[in-house]
Amino acid sequence: MPSDPPLVAEHTLEFPGGYTRTTGPVIGRFLTELRDGRVVGVRAADGRVLVPPLEYDPLTGEPVTGEYVEVGPSGTVTSWTWVHAPRPGHPLDRPFAWALIRMDGADTDLVHAVDAGEAKAVRPGLRVRPRWRAERTGHITDIACFVPEVTTMAAPIRTEYRVRPGRALGRFLDGLREGVFLGGRCPECDKVYVPYRLSCPACGSLIEEEVPVADTGTVTTFAINNLPDPRAPQVPFVSAYILLDGADTEMIALIGGVPADRVRQGMRVRAVWVPPEERTASVTNVRWFEPTGEPDVPLGGA
Amino acid sequence: MREVAIVAFAQTRHSAADEGLSEPELLLPVIGEVRAATGLRTFDFTCSGSCDYLTGAPFSFVSALDALGAWPPISESHVEMDGAWALYEAWARLQHGDAHTALVYGFGKATQTDPHELMTLRLDPYYLAPLGLDEISCAALQARAWLAAGGDERIMREVVRRSRAAGRANPFALDLPDPPEDETPLVDPLRPADVAPPADGAAAIVLAAGDRARELCERPAWITGIAHRIDPHYLGMRNLARPASVGDAARAAGAGKGAIDVAELDVRFSHEEPILREALGLGGDVLVNPSGGPLCANPVMATGLIRIGEAARRVMSGSAVRALAHAASGPCLQHNLVTVLEG
Repeated sequence: MPSDPPLVAEHTLEFPGGYTRTTGPVIGRFLTELRDGRVVGVRAADGRVLVPPLEYDPLTGEPVTGEYVEVGPSGTVTSWTWVHAPRPGHPLDRPFAWALIRMDGADTDLVHAVDAGEAKAVRPGLRVRPRWRAERTGHITDIACFVPEVTTMAAPIRTEYRVRPGRALGRFLDGLREGVFLGGRCPECDKVYVPYRLSCPACGSLIEEEVPVADTGTVTTFAINNLPDPRAPQVPFVSAYILLDGADTEMIALIGGVPADRVRQGMRVRAVWVPPEERTASVTNVRWFEPTGEPDVPLGGA
Repeated sequence: MREVAIVAFAQTRHSAADEGLSEPELLLPVIGEVRAATGLRTFDFTCSGSCDYLTGAPFSFVSALDALGAWPPISESHVEMDGAWALYEAWARLQHGDAHTALVYGFGKATQTDPHELMTLRLDPYYLAPLGLDEISCAALQARAWLAAGGDERIMREVVRRSRAAGRANPFALDLPDPPEDETPLVDPLRPADVAPPADGAAAIVLAAGDRARELCERPAWITGIAHRIDPHYLGMRNLARPASVGDAARAAGAGKGAIDVAELDVRFSHEEPILREALGLGGDVLVNPSGGPLCANPVMATGLIRIGEAARRVMSGSAVRALAHAASGPCLQHNLVTVLEG
């Protein structure tokens, strides 16, 4: 009768430290060169360069010539496959590609792993080079793996500024500190520009009349943003053009307090201010605009 | 050539789970079945195929002799290969003329380890095995090479669906459902269902020569051609998409000398079927793997022998006149054995 539970024993078959194999002169030469950080092939009687070197040409069975040829250092992936879940015995502990690699100067393909990060980075034609181990012993794994050749680089860019707002924006920010959106009326065009500005961008007239406008308005157009932004409440967030009541130009601002897919053109919104004691001369005084709940406004054509 | 035929075939109901039987215990019933079918208690020659590494026990094939009884001493041989190659050796032995019957068997207890990782040990120990290149990774490289040479993943999916449907009708195969459409790949482009499921199992075949075959079997399956050929081992030194040795073996076995009704192919990864069909010159009218094939049960080391047995079974039953069986060994269809059977 079977035992219950069944009898099971763990059983391991192993040569601790590995089984010692002699290499012979051909494989030994290849492994010796690997230890020195070089990849060599052997020339076959017909002139082809076999990489890795074999003692006999697999096509003809003829002995190879004994002429060793350094190949690489780069090679080209001719075929590949992507390992989603590496096994314990694999060369890498993260997803990687197995590849057939035609080393420059070789006529056959070397099998090895390619550390490419993601499957879509690998394709036939990909140029790769060995990533050598620091400590080499004369073993095929002296090449830890291959890595793609460099085709892109990160160019560091950072400059620093001290910025003053200028007179017009300074006046607008002063208004925000007081909880007011300040516009300016062009005497010629009779248009109210928000934010306030010193001259009319249409006719060039000087603007001297400051006009406070309401903190309510209408969404004229908007965009849904899926990339996080430190100023945004969450992802996705909505940035919108808002035509404040009493203004003739739109102002760009965030929309909050409503799911992104509910935002629409013509929606009525109101500014959400930070508490008066937290206000500074900054646009961050307005967290975002949220719906007022009023009926939508039909938008006039341009 | 001396006429040699298959006169009996038996296989286990293969199991993907370890049912607690030892290798001799797996083998015992199928030896009994072919003995009963032929009425033979002893054979002039015996040859087996298996892999000691499956159970990790040296000379485990010797203990398997317990399943037949080897005293007084029998004339016996073994190949550390699929039982299909044991059949080849037995066929060659019968050509000598002094032996007239042969027992061939293959067996594998594949559930005690991960056979796909185990197969790393059969690779070239200098350049390939140290990389940990497992059997599925090797096959995936071949599948990719075949796709790049004009293959189509939809063909692989169709091979799996057709094989599994056939396997569900085969009481010896595993009962496998249609795979989900969106199965996550194991190693691109191979999905789990593209990989033959390792199983515990065994198979036995009796060969007999000339009139002895006619005495033992109403309709023997005559081996009219048998040959094996091999490609270079190293994966980077051969055309993976078109293994030359398949066609070479088929030509040497005379496969093209007549129409083939049915073919049992050692397809252990789904992309291998279209590769083999093309290399063997099998048209769309040839019934391939009506047993479900290895994709429905891979009792490692018996799988190839079972292909020969399944093909012979159809000739012996009269449902096929001329059948082809294929067995493979080594990574990426490196070594191929083709047998042609006729009624």
